[in-house]
Amino acid sequence: MEIDDQKQQQLEAPAAVPEGFNTDYLRVYYGKLFPYGDFFKWLCYGNDGKHPGCDQSYVGRREFSFTLENDIYLRFQSFDSAAELESSIKEKCPFKIDIGPVYSVDPSKRHAYAQSGNNVFVPVERELIFDIDISDYDDVRYCCSGADVCSDCWPLMTIAIKILDTSLRDDFGFSHILWVYSGRRGVHCWVCDSRARKLSNEQRAAIADYFRVYKGGENALKKISLAGPVLHPFLARSYMDVLKTFFEDRLLLSQQLFSSEERCQKILDLIPDENVASEVHDKWQGNRRSSISKEDVNVTRWEQLKTTLQSGKHKAQGLRRCVEEIVFSYTYPRLDMEVSKHMNHLLKAPFCIHPKTGRVCVPIDPSNCDDFDPAAVPTLSQLLGELNATGFQTDSENNLERTSLGKSISFFRTSFLHPLLKACKEELESAYNAKLQQSKNSLNWVTVTVKHSNGWRQDLGHFMQVRCSADTDWAAWNPDQVLPHLAYCARTLNKKFALAHSMRSLTG
Amino acid sequence: MEIVRSPRQVAAAGAGGLPIYKTAPQLEVRLEEFELFAIDRLRVLKGISDGLSRGKRPEEMEKLASELWKTHMRHQDPAETLNKDIISHFVLRLVYCRTEELRKWFLSMETTLFRYRFRLESLESQRMLMTEFQLPYKALPHSEFEAVKDKLSQVARSIGQSTNVEHVFFKVPFEEVPDLVASRRVFLSKGYAYVAMSQLVSLVVTQFRCNISKALALTNRKWTAIIKEQEKDRLTPPKDAVDISLKDIDQLAKSSFPLCMRHMLDKLRENHHLKHGGRMQFGLFLKGAGLKFEDALAFWRVEFSQKIGPERFDKEYAYTIRHNYGKEGKRTDYTPYSCQKIISATPGVGDHHGCPFRHFGEENLRAALNKMGVGGHALEEIMDKVKNRHYQVLYFIAIGLTKQYDIPELTGLCGIMKYTASLHINL
Repeated sequence: MEIDDQKQQQLEAPAAVPEGFNTDYLRVYYGKLFPYGDFFKWLCYGNDGKHPGCDQSYVGRREFSFTLENDIYLRFQSFDSAAELESSIKEKCPFKIDIGPVYSVDPSKRHAYAQSGNNVFVPVERELIFDIDISDYDDVRYCCSGADVCSDCWPLMTIAIKILDTSLRDDFGFSHILWVYSGRRGVHCWVCDSRARKLSNEQRAAIADYFRVYKGGENALKKISLAGPVLHPFLARSYMDVLKTFFEDRLLLSQQLFSSEERCQKILDLIPDENVASEVHDKWQGNRRSSISKEDVNVTRWEQLKTTLQSGKHKAQGLRRCVEEIVFSYTYPRLDMEVSKHMNHLLKAPFCIHPKTGRVCVPIDPSNCDDFDPAAVPTLSQLLGELNATGFQTDSENNLERTSLGKSISFFRTSFLHPLLKACKEELESAYNAKLQQSKNSLNWVTVTVKHSNGWRQDLGHFMQVRCSADTDWAAWNPDQVLPHLAYCARTLNKKFALAHSMRSLTG
Repeated sequence: MEIVRSPRQVAAAGAGGLPIYKTAPQLEVRLEEFELFAIDRLRVLKGISDGLSRGKRPEEMEKLASELWKTHMRHQDPAETLNKDIISHFVLRLVYCRTEELRKWFLSMETTLFRYRFRLESLESQRMLMTEFQLPYKALPHSEFEAVKDKLSQVARSIGQSTNVEHVFFKVPFEEVPDLVASRRVFLSKGYAYVAMSQLVSLVVTQFRCNISKALALTNRKWTAIIKEQEKDRLTPPKDAVDISLKDIDQLAKSSFPLCMRHMLDKLRENHHLKHGGRMQFGLFLKGAGLKFEDALAFWRVEFSQKIGPERFDKEYAYTIRHNYGKEGKRTDYTPYSCQKIISATPGVGDHHGCPFRHFGEENLRAALNKMGVGGHALEEIMDKVKNRHYQVLYFIAIGLTKQYDIPELTGLCGIMKYTASLHINL
């Protein structure tokens, strides 16, 4: 009956939420969907456990920064628990959350350490990170420019992921790698292995340089130069496995690289020998006279160019790798070097929402990155609509599952978080056991250090001298001799002091 | 070390022919030699610094280092040479430990010197030095070598070496050979770099650098504790910069700015925008030339506002300027970039920073130089020098051709600053 049908429709129609990005929407997102628990667990790297090897101060030394509405920027935020993190985010409702390094001391207390003059407030751990932005490819893509992305140029990001991911695993031996969509026009990479987190700035720069092939500012003409008779195995593998096929089978056509005089000239500019360049140009002119369908012209011209460049007579220096150089120019990943080189560089957190697009910064599966479509990434309003459709629940797990975000969280957990935490746990335990073993080998000797809280200093006869402001190791003494003297000190002088034990191996 | 007038004792030689400066020698040094030795060594280090700025290739640097050493440091008696070597190094440590910038320079030059001297040592001497540095790497067993032989050979060919020359390889964690990784001169697999014997130089040098770096920091601490008060007056460098103001910028740009800075100013005026690299390089240059903070803020605001409006400028870009002037963050007093740093920059798409002589393509460089008023025979001479990569020298030649000024012997941005400042006084 009619009335029943109407009612049916009302129940089934999704409670659509208008597109947008604002504090009200964000509040719901942060209230119901943001995965605080997983996020925090990740950044603790296992130190939130009960194991004695855990460093309780670790996560509190991590810097976060919040960008609030009206571009108010809060740096050096830190949190000791997931609950603290959660309540701060819910309260402040940041438009953007950045993650910084783990410092030597709690960043919110950094000023207290500034007096000593020495640089005591320094980054000590930080993931190895990469930032790839499609606007850096503007000189080689014709479909879009600037902040725009489409299905013709997005694949450039896909191959960047493939090349870097393979190399990070096979060449550098890393395994805990998280790829994240930046929300609009690029991807971020977080390498979270313990070995990666401990890299120095110099080592990070070295890795970034290993990946760098494109070298050019606005004014350099030829920006890729692959010297040498053969390519380094990394570049050769990238070329043979990924770049060549991508260029020839997809990019040639999707970008119509040879379809106009101007575009052809751009490619001719990459040929260092003028004579060869004009030879190629002449061949192409020959094409125009015969009638070939528009689709073929790119393929045909590319084939002709290759034949000319790779023919026996052109063995000149600079031409050997010209074909590869052209392919690399148009396809090889372009990293933002500065992001990777410095430990203190901040990077946007996964699961943030991009203010300009409303899209969530979701993880990307590197082994299926061909299937990733930025246009299909859930938006803030879409998620809210999905929540509306089935009514709110207090259980956040349930909320997640009923929205499109559930898949991303699930992937984050199974592919990244759980293996990472397992590895962290093993590392913590074995490091602790090693330390324990070491101290066991020096059983009978105890070194006692004494700190006075008020700067008091006294000689206790010829056995030991008390130092006040620094905990200095004295010579090792038999514990039976030391303790009576300290007891005397406490009784007769009636001063407060703290006792710290440290084990020192005689063999060390 | 004691400073006395008495006959000298001879320093103990290290295991190899090269000292590694682990501990200060227990030597007696004559007063005159204290200073003379240090100055001679400094001549060597400055010569190396010049060589690096000019972008000399490794083979050229090797030759340069060897010649410099022979000219300034060698003595007929090898024992005397060793003495001078050790004494001069430790004296210079005292001089160069005082600030971060000095330490960085000294460390960089000493490491470079060591690198090229090491390369010239015999294989046997090199092996002994490696043991001194406690590099515990074992050579690859034959089976492992066979498994990766092809890849190793491919790497060798990719860097222009003939294959099958090296048979001894070492498997080293990649963290320990950053420069080999950066230049893709090693095969990497599962976090290990396969390093050829000849490349182990890199490892040794890294260790050397690390040791000297620590030693410098320690020396500085000791210095601060003991000597600082006494030497305070003697060692403050003179300040003779003259400040520039907002209205002078355009005029000074034509007459006194280096080409890189002029270019960035032009682009800034044209596009009302500069990307981050440009803002840093140019902004710090202006700061070094004496542009006051308020003037700097006004300068950038005037330009950027024309594209994005003053509010956006204040929100997004003003912070960086405040940061540069030490008013935000950890409040460091940032200094302008040296030519060396500018030359080694990596400008990307849309960037205009870097050194024009290094980063511009031929056409663009010609155009820029033409605009400066350089043409004809002189221009060709310059373009020729570009091919040989004498970047820093070029700019000064270019100024000389248009201005007929006597170019003082200048290296680095300090030089440009002084030069600019002196011109400003003359105007």
